[in-house]
Amino acid sequence: MVSSTAMAVVNGVANPLPADPRRTLLEWLREDLGLTGTKKGCDHGQCGACTVLVEGRRINSCLSLAQLHDGDEIETIEAIGTPDKLAPLQRAFVTHDGFQCGYCTPGQICSAKALMQELADGWASAQTEDLTARPSPTPEELRERMSGNICRCGAYSNIIAALEEVIAADADHQGTVA
Amino acid sequence: MRLPLADMYNTPDERNLLDTMKQGVIGKPLDRPEGPLKVSGTATYSAEWKIDGFVEGVLVLAGIPQGTVKTIHRDPVLAMPGVLAVLADEAMVRRSVQGTAGKAPVQDVHTVDYFAQPVALVVAETFEQARDAALALKVDYDDAQVPVAFDPESPDAEVEQPSDEEPVVGGDLDQAMREAAFSIDVEYHTPGHASAAMEPHATIAYWEDDHLILRGSYQMLAYNVKEIADCLSMPAKKVRIIAPYVGGGFGSKLGITHEAVAAAIAAKALDRPVRVVMTRQQVFQTVMRRSETRQRVRLATDAAGKIIGLGHEAHVSNLPGEDFAEPVTQATEFLYGGENRLLKVEVARICRMTAGSVRAPGEAVGMQVLEAAMDELAEAVGIDPVELRKRNLPGKVPVEGTPYSSRMLVEALEQGAAQFGWDKRKPAPCQTREGDWWIGMGVASAARVNMLTLAEARVTLKADGTALVESDQTDIGTGTYAILGQIAGEMLGLPISQVKVVLGDTSLPPGAGSGGSFGAISTGSAVMRACEAIREKLAKHMESDADELEIRDGMASFDGRERSLVELLDGKDIAEVGSIKPGKTLKDFSQASYGAFFAEVAVHAFTGEVRVRRMTGAFGFGRVLNAKTARSQCLGGMVWGIGSALTEELAFDTRDGHLVNHDLAEYHVPVHADVPALEVILLEERDAAASPLQAKGVGELGICGAAGAIANAVRNACGVRVRSFPLTLDKVLPHLPDPFASAA
Repeated sequence: MVSSTAMAVVNGVANPLPADPRRTLLEWLREDLGLTGTKKGCDHGQCGACTVLVEGRRINSCLSLAQLHDGDEIETIEAIGTPDKLAPLQRAFVTHDGFQCGYCTPGQICSAKALMQELADGWASAQTEDLTARPSPTPEELRERMSGNICRCGAYSNIIAALEEVIAADADHQGTVA
Repeated sequence: MRLPLADMYNTPDERNLLDTMKQGVIGKPLDRPEGPLKVSGTATYSAEWKIDGFVEGVLVLAGIPQGTVKTIHRDPVLAMPGVLAVLADEAMVRRSVQGTAGKAPVQDVHTVDYFAQPVALVVAETFEQARDAALALKVDYDDAQVPVAFDPESPDAEVEQPSDEEPVVGGDLDQAMREAAFSIDVEYHTPGHASAAMEPHATIAYWEDDHLILRGSYQMLAYNVKEIADCLSMPAKKVRIIAPYVGGGFGSKLGITHEAVAAAIAAKALDRPVRVVMTRQQVFQTVMRRSETRQRVRLATDAAGKIIGLGHEAHVSNLPGEDFAEPVTQATEFLYGGENRLLKVEVARICRMTAGSVRAPGEAVGMQVLEAAMDELAEAVGIDPVELRKRNLPGKVPVEGTPYSSRMLVEALEQGAAQFGWDKRKPAPCQTREGDWWIGMGVASAARVNMLTLAEARVTLKADGTALVESDQTDIGTGTYAILGQIAGEMLGLPISQVKVVLGDTSLPPGAGSGGSFGAISTGSAVMRACEAIREKLAKHMESDADELEIRDGMASFDGRERSLVELLDGKDIAEVGSIKPGKTLKDFSQASYGAFFAEVAVHAFTGEVRVRRMTGAFGFGRVLNAKTARSQCLGGMVWGIGSALTEELAFDTRDGHLVNHDLAEYHVPVHADVPALEVILLEERDAAASPLQAKGVGELGICGAAGAIANAVRNACGVRVRSFPLTLDKVLPHLPDPFASAA
């Protein structure tokens, strides 16, 4: 059994973890905390719609049991920006029409946010030619790194265009965006 | 007040009203108004409504392909923690409802029609409890004694002519084939496809007295309430469905299916709201499949490459008793010439889940094969494949003689070719090698029938000078919120910020629903007509003629006089319901959207792996209502074309009809890495026969032929012609030229 004091901090607020050990992080966020921005598309880690940031790293929340996250800091789409105050990444998705039905979108955006940090941290991907240099955000790099997030509406090229815009703005301003 | 306009669309509306308006919002690439909600996770999809006290249902699927349920061992499961009920009701559905049916499908889950059909629903307090109980539920069956076929090619499968698809027969095709200067006679295969919308089917059902309310993820709500009502033997007016956001449909949510009916029954039995969300595997196994096809294409030309004979015959499948047969030859009827022709579809009765509409039923698989066959013909004749197509566009539809309402196919081929750089293509295969990769280019035409359907919408011009558009029309990612607002804004002279669109609730006037690419033009026409009625009233206030009344940014002007709408309205709203019904224009004209695809691929010389390097699509579909969302529809279709060409394939066990690859790990839809930057060219066109908006459908056009262009590019790259989609490595590899030989 999980300790009665087990907590995880979600979007800055500490919440007690669920008692049922079967409850996934995804179910906990959606059903117990009402954070339905994180979507269930397959429940098997195959589509990426449930992507959230745990300690700054993206994971499929459907593949992780909630009780494993005692003490973790978790960020969901709701903390990235609100309809009235969209983050630049969210704004770019709207401008470039980087979605249609919108169901995969929160996962795409969480993934994109983590991706930008991974690039900044110099993580290589299967597309990276020089493993010692900082990877540059070529379209091939971005597509490779976003491939865990399926969009059945097929908004892929618009999503990449949105990312390119935000990454370029980020480089221009030397700041952190998204 | 009713306008003197007939609801029935019998005569093309040549007034072209939208172009005479002054606001200038129609067609503009405006952002989707619901975009900020979707990107922030605050758009509410069906499973996400906070309904007090709902409990969770999980469906139980049959472990046999055919037979009857003998015993359901309820008691051990009812003793599990949190379990509230195990239901196996006669009203629960065995199959999914076909699009626009408006009535119940085959019901009663005590009989099993196909492997993994739902046979029961387990309800518990939490999802985890219900899921575990569903897995634990033991069901005993009596296997069917009658032998059934599981394979569409099995000699045991009964083969029928579909009741609603008459063969098209003209002249003498056999003779044309004999007399042809050039001809091909080829057989192609396409596999089954899944819609695989990102949001699995989900319903929360609850009762208020004898009224049923469903938060359900469906495409065509006006039909869906009738389907639910028929399943439950209750009046349709006592059913309400609310679905403002639908996480994709692609045909799979046209008609209601298992979870909605089960949730309604459970909610009644337990007197509590019940939510049933299908798992990804359940959606794959039980909702709808696109039928696999076997297609024979015969093409015969004279010495100049003009088609004199055309045969397109397709073998598809479905469960016994289902009317739907994949209409494979739908676009072949009107696309190319050749008076000697035979087009027909036959359906094999087999035991697999229901076959029905998956994005662009008919053309999605018919066009990719026809267009690959056209490439083979171009090679046989020895002319450029673009030229072959341009040479074979008839003046009227062959055999039936109907005129075309409009057709931008030549423009699409020419502008697409110019933008893509088609002139750099080398006609013979194996001419371009980059490292380990063969490079090639291919072309295909796009065509998809256009349909106008019954639709209503209400527009209210409010006393404060803002407008409200309301319909039960859904937006399944199609851009409906955006385009309906733009139509109303243009007609009423309002900036888009002053127009609000409310959709997806059957308490509102019934829209067309989202299917068959007809939602935008049908419900959009209803919105336009409601606005026309409002303009009539405003014109009276202005003492002007409606046709000459100019409204822009909320200011009406006529004959030098100018007044604000707020002033004209004088504290009173004007509400009008507009409607449209399909009429004679559908029969008097052949209506379709057209386009052309150009693809460049790389084929790995050692492994046969195919990568799409770039792709251009040029499309003509009447008026563009929103250049941003229309472009996205085209992009999405092209992505489906990539999947259909290279990776997507439902794999069935032919011993029992069991779907082997029932999830997104094994059924491969394209991912980011599969999709290069895609280019879309929108060709402006006006088609008055199609709709008063002068617009045609675009939701499915982008897939119709796209996979053919990719297959043709593979042939051009490495010389391998694969007649079985998808073009996986195993089919390409055995036929590759010597990888060590330099480019020919």
